Amino acid sequence: MRSFAYEKADSVDAAVKSHANKRSSYIAGGTTLIDLVKLDVMRPEQVVDINRLPLGEVERLSDGRLKVGALVSNTDLAYHDVVMEEYAVLSEALLSGASTQLRNMASTAGNVMQRVRCPYFRDGVSDCNKREPGSGCSAIGGHNRSVHAVLGTSEQCIASHPSDMCVAMAAIGATVLVEGPKGAREIDFLDFHLLPGDNPQHEHALEPDELITHVVLNAPLKGSRSSYLKLRDRASYQFALASSAVILSVESGVIRDARLALGGVGTKPWRAKSAEQALIGKKPEKSVFEAAAEKAFETAKAYKHNAYKIPLGQQAIVRSLELVSSDNGATS
Amino acid sequence: MSKNLVGAAVPRVDGARKLSGLAPYTSDNHLPNMAYGYGVFSTIASGKITGIDTGEASKMPGVIDIFHHKHFPKLYRTPSSFEEENKVDETRLPFEDDMVHYAGQFVALVVAETFEQARAAAYRVKVDYKAEDPIATMDQALKRSEKKPAPPETDHSRGEPDKRFESAARKIERVYTTPVETHNPMELHASVAHWENGRLVLFEASQGVIFARNVMSKVFGIAPSQVEVRAPFIGSGFGSKLWIWPHAVAAAAAAREVKRPVQLVVPRQEMFTTTGQRPATHQTLRIATGEQGKLQALTQDSINSTSTTDVYVESSGSCTKSLYDCPDLRVSHATVASNRGTPTSMRAPGAAPGLFALESAMDEMAIELGMDPLEFRKLNFTDRDQSLDLPFSSIHLLEAYEKGAEKFGWSERNPEIGSMRDGDEVIGWGVAACNWEALKRDCSARVSMRSDGTVFASCATQDIGTGTYTILAQVISDLTGVAIDKVDIELGSSAYPSGPVSGGSWATATTLPAIAKATKNAIDQLKVYATSSNAKFADQKPEDLKYEDGEVISGSGDRISFTELLKQQRLASADGEADTPAAEQDKFSFRSFGVHFVEVRWDEAISNLRVSRVVSAIDVGKIINSTTAANQVEGAVVMGIGMALYEATEYDHRTGLPVNNDYAEYLVPTHADQPDSVDVILLDHPDYDFNEYGARGIGEIGITGLAAAVANAVHHATGKRVRDLPIRLEKLMAT
Repeated sequence: MRSFAYEKADSVDAAVKSHANKRSSYIAGGTTLIDLVKLDVMRPEQVVDINRLPLGEVERLSDGRLKVGALVSNTDLAYHDVVMEEYAVLSEALLSGASTQLRNMASTAGNVMQRVRCPYFRDGVSDCNKREPGSGCSAIGGHNRSVHAVLGTSEQCIASHPSDMCVAMAAIGATVLVEGPKGAREIDFLDFHLLPGDNPQHEHALEPDELITHVVLNAPLKGSRSSYLKLRDRASYQFALASSAVILSVESGVIRDARLALGGVGTKPWRAKSAEQALIGKKPEKSVFEAAAEKAFETAKAYKHNAYKIPLGQQAIVRSLELVSSDNGATS
Repeated sequence: MSKNLVGAAVPRVDGARKLSGLAPYTSDNHLPNMAYGYGVFSTIASGKITGIDTGEASKMPGVIDIFHHKHFPKLYRTPSSFEEENKVDETRLPFEDDMVHYAGQFVALVVAETFEQARAAAYRVKVDYKAEDPIATMDQALKRSEKKPAPPETDHSRGEPDKRFESAARKIERVYTTPVETHNPMELHASVAHWENGRLVLFEASQGVIFARNVMSKVFGIAPSQVEVRAPFIGSGFGSKLWIWPHAVAAAAAAREVKRPVQLVVPRQEMFTTTGQRPATHQTLRIATGEQGKLQALTQDSINSTSTTDVYVESSGSCTKSLYDCPDLRVSHATVASNRGTPTSMRAPGAAPGLFALESAMDEMAIELGMDPLEFRKLNFTDRDQSLDLPFSSIHLLEAYEKGAEKFGWSERNPEIGSMRDGDEVIGWGVAACNWEALKRDCSARVSMRSDGTVFASCATQDIGTGTYTILAQVISDLTGVAIDKVDIELGSSAYPSGPVSGGSWATATTLPAIAKATKNAIDQLKVYATSSNAKFADQKPEDLKYEDGEVISGSGDRISFTELLKQQRLASADGEADTPAAEQDKFSFRSFGVHFVEVRWDEAISNLRVSRVVSAIDVGKIINSTTAANQVEGAVVMGIGMALYEATEYDHRTGLPVNNDYAEYLVPTHADQPDSVDVILLDHPDYDFNEYGARGIGEIGITGLAAAVANAVHHATGKRVRDLPIRLEKLMAT
C-alpha cells in the first residue's frame, strides 16, 4: 500500500471536483479498491469517499423502472421488496456473489466497477495489458481455467468479468446514470462495459472523473419469470465458472419474449441476444433451449484450460430455462 | 467432584478465551517499542539477485533498516536432526547468498515503525535478477530433474513382488497423481522476536516450541537456555508450523540488529511459497490377486517433488506396507527437485496422498474382479504388520467395516455404474480404508497442587486447536478430584518441561502419561507433607496414606483436604515432575485404522458434483474426549473433501509463480460444501499395550482414504475414474 490523500465529499459536485484534482479513485465499500491497493496493483494518489452522498435509495419511477442509488449495498438491494418480487434474477445473482460480509460492504456502483480476478493482473509482476498497457497478456499462454473468458476475448486480454449482479442487470436491461465535469449523462448498461479489444486497460465507458450516481433497471418484462444459475466448483464464495441469467415470458405455450445474459464466460457481462432470438416464438422445450444455448456460444474461443466453459455455459442456460419454464419458477 | 471426565464430552477449557478474543495469538503481541517487518519476496523462481536498490525505500517514512544478502548478520545453519530436536525442512537461511531457488523466497526485509510503513517501503525496494528457466511444475520436474531415491528406511520390500505380479492371474497397473497442496491455516505464520541481554524471546506460531528453541539456538550460536519460544495459542498449522521457516530467523536477526522487538507476519500470498507445502506425487500402483481375490503382489513406487535446496520425502507407501495381507510387496520412494520452497508435512503426510492411490487402486481391482469393494478389503484383512513381522497391538478394522457399512446402508448399494438416481442427480457410493501410525514420544511435565485448591500444570507442548489443553485438564481433574475449572494448564513455552511437537497424532499418547505421572508424583509429595513431624498424620508413613477426591486419608480413615494440609504446613504447593519414555515397537506394531463410506451426487446436466453423506468408523484406541475427538475426524473429513475435489496449488509453467495464492482462488470447502451429514463412529477400544490411557491419537487418520472414497463414489456415479486429483468438473464432463 502506498500513501494516498483522502477526501470526503458532501455532494456529487464536490466529489467530481475533488476527483479531478489528482489521479483519484472513488471509494464506497472499498471491497475491490482496498484489496488491490494492498496488493499494490491500484495506486491512487487520492481516494474520494462518496459514502456521504445521498445515493442510498431505491426508488420506483412512474414509468415502472427502478432507480437504484450507487451506494445501495448488495445486501440491501438483494433483499429489497421490489427486487425480490419483480427482479428475482437480480436478487438471486446478488446473493450468489461473494460472502455476506462482502455483500454488506459492497455497493451497487462498486459492483459495476469491480476489477477482474485474473491472477496475472493481481500479482503485480506478470505481463498484463490491463495493468501495464502494451506489456502483453500472460493469461493467454498461462493458467486460464477459472477466471478467464471464452466470449469477447482478444489477443490482448482474456480475463472474465467477475460480477454476478451485472449479469442480471444485463439481462434485465438498465441505464447507468453518471455525473462528471461536463454534467450528467446516461449510458446504456450494455454499452457501459467495454470489450478488451486492443485496449484492455479501458474497461468502461466513463469519461475522466465521471461518477456513477444510479443504475436504473428497466421495468420488469410483463408476465415473465426469471432465474440466475451460477455454476462453480464449490457451493459458495467462488466466482462463476459459468452463470446464466434468464428472463422468460411465455404465452399460450409459446415464448413471447426472452432475455439471456451470461457470467464467468465473457470479458464483460454478456448479453446473448442471438440466443434470445432463437427462443422467441418457439415452444419452451429442451431442444429449443439447447439450440439457443448453442447459439449463445457460436463465437466462443476456448483457451488451454477453459474449453469446458463452453459446454458448462450451455448447461447453465438450458437448466435455467427449464427452471423458469417449469411449474415452480418465480413469476414477475 | 467428577472422577470420570476421561472419555467424556468435555467442552474445550480454552473455548471462552478463544471465542471472546482473549486468547493471545502470536501477532497479538505488541511489545513496547516494537518495530514491524515486511518481506520483499522473489518474483522469479530460479536465478540470481544481481542488484538490490534500497535507495527510495530507505527514505520512506518510518523505515529503520532494510536487510538483504549484502546486509545481514552472519548466522549458522541448524544441523536439522529430528533426534537432536532441531529439525527444519528448509535448511537454507534467509539472505544467505544471492541465489533464488523459488518464487516468494525472502530477498529483503524492511523494518519500520509500523506494519503499513514497512509494507509500503517493501514495495519500493527494487531487485534486479538474472532469471533462469525454472522447473515450475511436476511434469517439468519429472522430465528435467534427476530422480533421487529416498533413504532406504523409507522403503520396504518383502518377497518377490515383481515376479509374482508377472505371473499373477488378475492384475492392474495404474498411475495416480496428487498436486501440490497448501496448508492454509487461518492464522498466518508470524514471529515476534525480542532480545534482552543476549537472550532471545520468540513468540512464534509454532507446533513445536522445543524444536523452535533448539533451532534458534543453533542458528544464532547461543545456548538453548538463552532462547525461549512461546506459542500459547496457534490458529492451526496442519503441519506447516512444525518447523522453523525463514521468516522466524529473519525476524529474530532483525530484532537483534535494530535492538528493538520486531514483529513479522507472513502475508497470505507467501503462505503459498515460504512456509512449506504438501508436495506433488506421482505414484505407480500394481496389484495382483488370485482368481478369488486374495492379494498376491502389491507395489507402490512413488515420486514426489522437492525443492532445489533440500530433500523432503513424502512417504506415500507408509500405510501400504502393512494395511493388507500380502506376501510379496514393495513400496519405494524417490524425489525430483523443482523451483519451489521446500515441502513439509501436511496433515497425514504420506498417508493422505498414498492412500488416495492405494485405496483407489483397491477399488479398481475389486471392479476388475467383479467383487464388492468392501468384501475385497475384508478378504485381505490382516491383524499382523507384515512389514515389521509383529502383531498389531489392537486392531478393530473389521468391526469398523461392519459398523460403518451398517450405518451407511452399504448393503443397499447397486454396483452398476450410474444405477442409483434421485431426480436430476446420479448417486455414487464409495468406500476406502483409513490408516495412520501411532507414536508416543518422550515427554516431561510438571504439576503443582496449590494451597488455594487449584492445580497448575505445564508442559512444553502446544494446543494447535485440537484440544490438548482440555484433555490434560480432564486427566488432572480425574486424578486429583479438583474441578476442571480449577485446573490451570500452561503449554506453549519452551521454558516448561520438555514436551512433544504437536504433530503425527502423537500429542495425546505422549502427554497424558507424563501429566498423569507428574500428578501422581505431586500427590505422593502431599503424602510426604502429611506425615512430616508437625502434620496431621505425623505418626504414619506416606505409603500408608491414600488420596481420594482432594483429600489425603490415613490408614484409620482420617481425612484432610490437600488445601488444608498445605495451609497447615504453610506450603504453597505440592509439586510433581515426571519424564515418560517413547513407545518402543518391539512386541507390537502400533497403528490406527478406520473406514470412510462416502455418497456423492452428480447432477450431470449442469456438471455439478457434491459430497452429500459421509460415515466414518474410526479405531484409534480409547477416546479421551468424545467431542474434540469427533471434531478432529469431522474436520479431517471436510479437509479430505477439499483434497478430493478442490485443492491444488497451481504454478505458472513458465515463471513458477503461484497463480492461485489466496483464499478466493485456492479452493477449500466452505460451509455450503459440507455434506448433509457426517457420521463419525468412534470405536473406543483402549490400546493398553500402547499406553496406560489406551489412546492412540486422532488428528490425522480422518483425512486418510477420504479422497479415495470420494473418487470411488464418483466412479460409481459416473463411470469416470479420476486418478489425478483434484476431481474437477471438467474431468467428469462428457467429451
